[in-house]
Amino acid sequence: MADRTPAPDTPELRDRWGGFEFTEAYREKADRAIARYPEGRQRSAVMPLLDLAQRQVGEETNTQGWLPLPVIEYVADYLDMPVIRVLEVATFYFMYNLKPVGRYHVQVCGTTPCMLRGSDGLFEACKKRGMKKGEVSEDGLWTLTEVECMGNCATAPMVQINDDNYEDLTPERLDAVLDALAKGEQPKAGTQEPGRHTSEPAGALSTLKDMVSENHDYRGDW
Amino acid sequence: MPKVTVDGQEIEVPDGATVLQACELAGKEIPRFCYHERLSIAGNCRMCLVEVKPGPPKPQASCALPATEGQEIRTDTPMVKTAREGVMEFLLINHPLDCPICDQGGECDLQDQSVAYGRGGSRYHENKRAVTEKYMGPLIKTVMTRCIHCTRCVRFSEEIAGVDEIGALYRGEDMQITTYLEQAAEHELSANVIDLCPVGALTSRPYAFEARPWELKKTLSIDVSDAVGANIRLDSRGREVMRALPRINDDVNEEWISDKARYQVDGLGKRRLDKVFMRKRGKLQPASWDEAFKAIAKQLKSDTSSIAAVAGDMVDCETMFAAKALLKACGSSLVEGRQTGMDYDVSSLSAVNFNSTFAGIENADAVLIVGSHIRWEAPLVNVRIRKAVKRGAKVFVVGPHWETTYPAEFLGNDLGVLNSLPKEVSEVFSKAERPAVIVGGAALKGAHGKALALASEWGAAFNVLHFSAARMGGLMLGFAQKGGMADLAKAAPKVLLALGADEMDFEPFADSLKVYIGHHGDRGAHAADIILPGASYAEKDGTYVNTEGRVQFAEKAVFAPGDAREDWTILRALADALKVDVGFDSFDQLQSAMIAAVPALGEEGLADYGALPKADAKAKAEGVLSAYPIKDFYLTNPIARASEVMQRCSAELLHGGELAEAAE
Repeated sequence: MADRTPAPDTPELRDRWGGFEFTEAYREKADRAIARYPEGRQRSAVMPLLDLAQRQVGEETNTQGWLPLPVIEYVADYLDMPVIRVLEVATFYFMYNLKPVGRYHVQVCGTTPCMLRGSDGLFEACKKRGMKKGEVSEDGLWTLTEVECMGNCATAPMVQINDDNYEDLTPERLDAVLDALAKGEQPKAGTQEPGRHTSEPAGALSTLKDMVSENHDYRGDW
Repeated sequence: MPKVTVDGQEIEVPDGATVLQACELAGKEIPRFCYHERLSIAGNCRMCLVEVKPGPPKPQASCALPATEGQEIRTDTPMVKTAREGVMEFLLINHPLDCPICDQGGECDLQDQSVAYGRGGSRYHENKRAVTEKYMGPLIKTVMTRCIHCTRCVRFSEEIAGVDEIGALYRGEDMQITTYLEQAAEHELSANVIDLCPVGALTSRPYAFEARPWELKKTLSIDVSDAVGANIRLDSRGREVMRALPRINDDVNEEWISDKARYQVDGLGKRRLDKVFMRKRGKLQPASWDEAFKAIAKQLKSDTSSIAAVAGDMVDCETMFAAKALLKACGSSLVEGRQTGMDYDVSSLSAVNFNSTFAGIENADAVLIVGSHIRWEAPLVNVRIRKAVKRGAKVFVVGPHWETTYPAEFLGNDLGVLNSLPKEVSEVFSKAERPAVIVGGAALKGAHGKALALASEWGAAFNVLHFSAARMGGLMLGFAQKGGMADLAKAAPKVLLALGADEMDFEPFADSLKVYIGHHGDRGAHAADIILPGASYAEKDGTYVNTEGRVQFAEKAVFAPGDAREDWTILRALADALKVDVGFDSFDQLQSAMIAAVPALGEEGLADYGALPKADAKAKAEGVLSAYPIKDFYLTNPIARASEVMQRCSAELLHGGELAEAAE
């Protein structure tokens, strides 16, 4: 598993992030998240707020974003809750990055279904581009992380890059996705299998047309 | 009241009881790590598994399962045993086998329970998890590899102490208990997590590698660091008190004690007065008892009655009574216990008592605190008020701001605000069903009468919170002059007996022969002309009365060092030197004489002080509180000031001094 310790609390870190504040747009979103909960229960909004803070840090650093300690403290202060409780949440969920990441956070699923469908090849492909697990690549573009199941086993193997999933990958298809991202294009998210739309059975029946008029027994058909 | 069957035995359990509690009522011992009576239920250690019908055919965690009508609970089936053995094996996978060098050894829940449920050997051949040590301050030593993630410490600091500073970071097998950025745990009850920790992950730093539990003599005692009178157990080895631990007393301290009560004991061996000293040519020189007594007798030759006594904050009732008897025999009644010069009216003791009782204040639904920094003056009462707030009580404070552990509204430093309380505040109190008023030492001068009037107006419980262990006992024994210390100074006694009085001002007594009878070389000893070495609370039997008027008895744990004697024997010998008769020759006689004089002191439990006096409705509060009497929580008494641990706490936690790592 990736090293999840928060980035060390250095004077430079305080210097860079000590003055962190939500921008107008993010503050609006944060307040909307808080408003979802009854008054006095603003703590419940800690997860969306951490996510918003991470996104804002991402915008400021042109990366996926991460959570420096002063930003975590800012969120705690914003919600009037003890900072240790915020840190507990931030360290628990892997979606919160505790260390700086690259422009694209490539999270390759290595759990059994993906592994059986060839996730090892995806790691190879990433490695060829100079990515190392848990590190930011030299050009600042990539961070590679091996993650556990993301629930896309029907379209394994899969990779999550920032907010999008790329499924049904082969090393070549992953290369194409990464090339497009490197060029600043937005590749099509979801399955990369031609002809497949989502996670419907690949190359087989996808709509139960015969069920319209009667209770058809499909078992013999596949 | 559901009826359940535990191992074939049918019992009735209270509503809302859990299966674990039902089993305990039936006399079955359920092993547990995370469950604790006074904390919320976590259900994460899985050690308390039992078999319950009706229900799924698998073991259930009894601590988190409500007992319901008709349940059949089994704690003795093979399934239960194997399930617990399985849990134990998993717990031990990552637990180091370092009991020989672990301070918890001998009083460790995991050790004890592994005897019952552990395997002889390990089947786990992979590497064990290792966790880096976490710094948690000068009191708590951590060996986090031993942690079994019961989260009792997290729940304690969040629920009881009200200071969220310990948390569980990361997840799964990476979970780690720590404070934010490994800052020291900074509250007055932090060391209670040491008792709560079922393993050796959090142990006592000052007591590290000092002794094993089976080497220690256990003595039941009473804490004297504040006026709560927490029930403690002094563990001693030879002549040294090694540590103080809380005893369970739901009426007083529940299961907690303050860090000061726990860790001032190392001060018992430092800066001790173990010889008689006399001031000769301006310098304190060692002397003999005879010499000292003769000097006192000489001073009193012309007028025996020109003698006064001041009792310190940690003196037991017997010592005070012996001093009073001595003075009475000499023909004087100049006794005073309120060293700092307070002179509130003591004609009715119920007006200066914590009448709600500690257990009762939990039920208050509105609390007005006047001039008390409760967190420092009585940390355990603060815990009770926090409980009340959790049940919906509103708290208002008059006085300088301090960090409360619950929502509270500060009404300013001016006591005058009591004369015309803001409408919304007085409305809260007049509507409250069980309001309470707490007056602290700082406000006794300016607002005692007004607070009493307000309490009677609202029908509120009236409470005075003292912070000297000797205060209520002293008042019961009449250690109070009408004008306080000023009366003593006016009388200009030839001899002034200071019984462990270190906070008093000796200046007005410049012409008196100042005799200090006490145990620590502190302020009193510096000012004294004659020092007679006495015994501390650990070195004598004694009766103490806490601020709610609860009479409690403490036992002698160790002998006083050197020439030091139990205080009453000194006073008895002094009576001989002065050729007067005090009427007791043994501690038992002294105690019976004291009980004959004040019968309430003979009965452990709450003393009855009668009804509250009629309040003067015209009373006005006046004065501005600039600060509370306690400036430094960790250094309030001579024992604590002598204690290295307390000095370190004060320097590091209150004054932010850097820990002298290099010195270690």
